[in-house]
Amino acid sequence: MDVHEYQAAELLAKHGVPVNPGRVASTPDEAAAAASELGGTVAIKAQVHSGGRGKAGGIKLAHNPEEAKAAAEAILGMDIRGHTVNKVLVAKGADIVREFYLGVVLDRPNRKVLIMASAEGGVDIEEVARTTPEKIVRINADPALGFHSYQAKELGFALGLRADKVHGFAKIAEHLYTAFIKEDATLVEVNPLILTGAGEWLALDSKMSFDDNALYRHKDIEGLRDMAEENETELDARSSGISFVKLDGDIGCIVNGAGLAMATMDAVKLSGGEPANFLDVGGGASASQVAKAFSLVTSDPNVRAILINIFGGITRGDVVADGIREALSQVDVKVPIVVRLSGTNAEEGKKILAEAGLMAVDTMDEAAEQVVSAASGQAA
Amino acid sequence: MSILVGNDTRLLVQGITGREGSFHATQMVEYGTNVVAGVTPGKKGETVAGVPVFDTVEEAVRKTNPNTSIIYVPARFAPDAIYEAVDNGIELVICITEGVPVNDMVPVYHLVKQKGARLIGPNCPGLITPGEAKVGIMPGFIHEPGKVGLVSRSGTLTYEVVDALTKAGLGQSTAVGIGGDPVIGTSFVDVLELFQNDPDTEAIVMIGVIGGDDEETAATFIKEHVTKPMAGFIAGRTAPPGKRMGHAGAIISGGSGSAEEKIAALEAAGVRVADSPSKVPGLLRQAMNA
Repeated sequence: MDVHEYQAAELLAKHGVPVNPGRVASTPDEAAAAASELGGTVAIKAQVHSGGRGKAGGIKLAHNPEEAKAAAEAILGMDIRGHTVNKVLVAKGADIVREFYLGVVLDRPNRKVLIMASAEGGVDIEEVARTTPEKIVRINADPALGFHSYQAKELGFALGLRADKVHGFAKIAEHLYTAFIKEDATLVEVNPLILTGAGEWLALDSKMSFDDNALYRHKDIEGLRDMAEENETELDARSSGISFVKLDGDIGCIVNGAGLAMATMDAVKLSGGEPANFLDVGGGASASQVAKAFSLVTSDPNVRAILINIFGGITRGDVVADGIREALSQVDVKVPIVVRLSGTNAEEGKKILAEAGLMAVDTMDEAAEQVVSAASGQAA
Repeated sequence: MSILVGNDTRLLVQGITGREGSFHATQMVEYGTNVVAGVTPGKKGETVAGVPVFDTVEEAVRKTNPNTSIIYVPARFAPDAIYEAVDNGIELVICITEGVPVNDMVPVYHLVKQKGARLIGPNCPGLITPGEAKVGIMPGFIHEPGKVGLVSRSGTLTYEVVDALTKAGLGQSTAVGIGGDPVIGTSFVDVLELFQNDPDTEAIVMIGVIGGDDEETAATFIKEHVTKPMAGFIAGRTAPPGKRMGHAGAIISGGSGSAEEKIAALEAAGVRVADSPSKVPGLLRQAMNA
């Protein structure tokens, strides 16, 4: 789960990170008021769950409340990589002397938490990683004991910081690590972390993402969810234990198992079609679960045909077939349906489907071909 | 004789009285797996499918001497269950549980290594040596004893490929589902090494999905150490970047983890990668006859 910059900054401030003061505004007038309250030059920053805000024109400087109002007017409502800007952060202008990058992520290959820093701050860190990886310093935290103070200092010295600046930097690095662990983050990032003219450290831009599997123990973070940034169908699916991701094609997919769901999308593509979604009904595909899946898939007006691909393991074929039959009596499906049923109790399942007027095929490749031709037949 | 599980497996089921635990314990007993004990705190004295239940792993170990444990407890209790198994000397622990927070798994992973034990999963279907022991949630009947070792990050997709192999007359030595999470106890490389050294495995199938770089790491290992014929499949060619596809670990992020990169790496290592699960047996036969 992602949160906005201002929410990440508030969380990091709670963990002791010095963040740049700012106010959130949803209207140009609120932005003007915030600018006059903060005084001096301010930055007006689009609050969207997307990178590339600067390049898209989503960040502007304003020297007075009038300019702040105009900047907010320009930014609010803007579309940044498919995200509509509903809020801006009005942040106090900072006296930047040097910019750094500081981040905490999971190091998948080493199965450890990784703290990364670079003296090349304020730019796209993935670009730095690609072109000049030697400019990024990396240290793994101890998996049992955590991130030691000496490691944080090592990081500072490796960046070439003067001794009198290392202490402050190391503290911030430790705070970011603590925030990562305590809040069950998957990413904590400050970019840029700056040194001001007064010689102080300040986090100018903060970013945090969280582990969905750990949200049960972070109700406060769940409360930060911005519904405007979420796909309603995806949220609706999640509340029923279904994994759903909306895609751009016209063939709806209902599958049991995440790997098989991806393979099914690939098979549709290989047969010349485009999948409309990723959908994993989960382990115990009950009738109500299948009915829910139908309503999710058919809520997409682009869908011209539906492919149901079930490999019965724990999920028995006859139970799924019952679910499909029952779902069809609840949800009015107007597009052709192709069912592939294999594995446990597949034959019993096929009988049930035949009674409901549905033919089931044996293989995934066959099903993909049929659904693609059914979708194009529908289009003609 | 196969890898990790077989006729000498003495299985403990942690969380045996739960809905999932009791269902699958019964299925495993019916398959012929030697299930020696179950554990659910507070349920000592009960039995599930004839298997005695204990309050603690310590007691179950003392009284029934298991060498392998399978875990069906809810996500928030899973790390503790893994610690309990490993601390009591269980050498092989399979964690089926889905949804364990990643930050919980980091210390677990390293502790298990330190103790010299092996963890498979979490968020995995388990493993099976056909005809000997089923230690997981897979449908047993699609498997046939044979000479093909299979390792996969996915569940149902594995069944799909196993089914295709069996129908093509290619039985399996052992099929291992390593799990779909970002931090898992056993990697592709670990299992590939076991298959390479297993005299009963003549060929290997590897099934990957998008996200992370375990497939790439495996490709490097294959190039240097695997001499047995291999075929594979990678799911998620149509998955968009930045979106989690069901599994916590299945996400293309920061421009890496795509199916194309993984397929290219495996092909460069000599693995024949199919564009559909149904084509895996054919490619494997080609590799075996080459």
